[in-house]
Amino acid sequence: MKMPGFRFLLYITLISLSSAVTAGGFSFRKEKLKLQDTISFISPFEEDNERCFKCHGQERYEYTNENLGLQVKALMCTNRIKKREDFYNSNHKNFSCTDCHSGDYINFPHAGELRMEQKFNCIDCHGGDEKFAQFHFEEIESEYQQSTHFKLEADGFTCWKCHDPHSYRISIRNSENLKETILYNNTICLSCHSDFNRFQLLTDRAEINILQKHDWLPDQSSHFRSVRCIECHTKINDTILVAHLIQPKENAVKRCNECHSRNSMLMASLYKFQSKEQRRDGFFNGIILNESYVIGANRNKYLNILSLVIFGIVISIIGVHIYFRIIKIK
Amino acid sequence: MYLYPIWVRLWHVINVILFIILIVTGLSMQYTGKQDYILVVSFARAVKWHNIGAILLTINYIIFVTGNIISENGRYYRISKKNFFSDLGKQLKFYSWNMFKSEKHPFPVTLDRKFNPLQKLTYVLAMYVALPLLIISGLGLMFPETVLNRFFGISGLILTDILHITMGFFLTLFMIIHIYTCTLGSKPSSLFKSMLSGFHESDES
Repeated sequence: MKMPGFRFLLYITLISLSSAVTAGGFSFRKEKLKLQDTISFISPFEEDNERCFKCHGQERYEYTNENLGLQVKALMCTNRIKKREDFYNSNHKNFSCTDCHSGDYINFPHAGELRMEQKFNCIDCHGGDEKFAQFHFEEIESEYQQSTHFKLEADGFTCWKCHDPHSYRISIRNSENLKETILYNNTICLSCHSDFNRFQLLTDRAEINILQKHDWLPDQSSHFRSVRCIECHTKINDTILVAHLIQPKENAVKRCNECHSRNSMLMASLYKFQSKEQRRDGFFNGIILNESYVIGANRNKYLNILSLVIFGIVISIIGVHIYFRIIKIK
Repeated sequence: MYLYPIWVRLWHVINVILFIILIVTGLSMQYTGKQDYILVVSFARAVKWHNIGAILLTINYIIFVTGNIISENGRYYRISKKNFFSDLGKQLKFYSWNMFKSEKHPFPVTLDRKFNPLQKLTYVLAMYVALPLLIISGLGLMFPETVLNRFFGISGLILTDILHITMGFFLTLFMIIHIYTCTLGSKPSSLFKSMLSGFHESDES
């Protein structure tokens, strides 16, 4: 006689695992960092830009004081340093510095009033342009104007606080490594929300403590690594890829079920772009499985059916057994 | 016949409570929806109580294994190769046929034989295969940084989770069958009473 217990267990386990593997497909993509150590891109304005970068491209710069006839070495203010590798990896790498800044900056020393120049906003270039229509910049602008950040415009908040035009690069659309994208995006938020000096440029609030504020969140570090701040702090908008309507903290998502369910809101936020690009059969919200595992959101429908069938068989056998016991008693 | 020492009964009753908590909270997490409450517990509470239950179950399991090593209770779980399949066949035949013809139990309970061959096999599979796998995979999910990122190209977390829910499912089935077979004593309630008093009522189970 054979061993039904062992064989049954082995059989079911193999079926479970193989159905999960075949159903999932598990075709993982090669993870590649977009940010490159060596820049292969050559800007048509490289020579022009180098006139700026030779001082602003690093911490230390040199100039000749013609009045005194001295060669001076000085340190650049931190917020005036624009790294070449950041700029030539950014969205605006094709630009000349003087496309956005006054041409008068060519002269050194720079005239003091140049600091008061009117700076462009995203919508000044990206708005009303057919080329950018698919990205719905007008909708983004509209969301921004309703967001809690917009209330700080009078204090100096602009698009650039989050999207530094010298270094910002598209992340979710060209990402091949979601964890890196999440880190990149969250670093933008944390550049103010965990840096007291930058934070106090816009508010008089006495303290910030991200970890303490989120101590209600189970497995906090795992959440911080796996989702962006904006997943919980913005209102989802179907028209645009990345929601910009940052909500007051009272409105932040705090219900676990919003993400941890079959109708996970992550499919409309973090995984929105990927969910349109790729499909994985068998698993509910299978696209999430490429990068992470979200309890409640990832289930395999074949395993669900299989478990119900096995459960049904066991209950039926017990039912039949009870029936024969009753007959025997009668 | 005094068959179930106090430590076994205490371990068993703790196991019962923890199994129920873990099944209810486990189902709540796995089948969570947009509504706050699945079964009787919300997702956040389910996570919390599943973790607490799991840690207590692990401690309880260590007590069980240690108890079986240092006491005589461990001998009941030793499977002998001799007549393994034929004994298993006899027991299966008894449950599926002979018991309805009022035939005697092929392996009556004695102080040397607490479990019949089928019980022994399922208990060994449940306690020494499924439960360790459930605990190890559960610890992996509790500390995801310890799980391999990729295993033959498949996410380590997914494999760990599938192993965890599969073992959880089998142990849930085991519990249902276990409860039912416990009604097969001389009276439907006698084996439940035995597990509370420690005294086995008769040789029929």
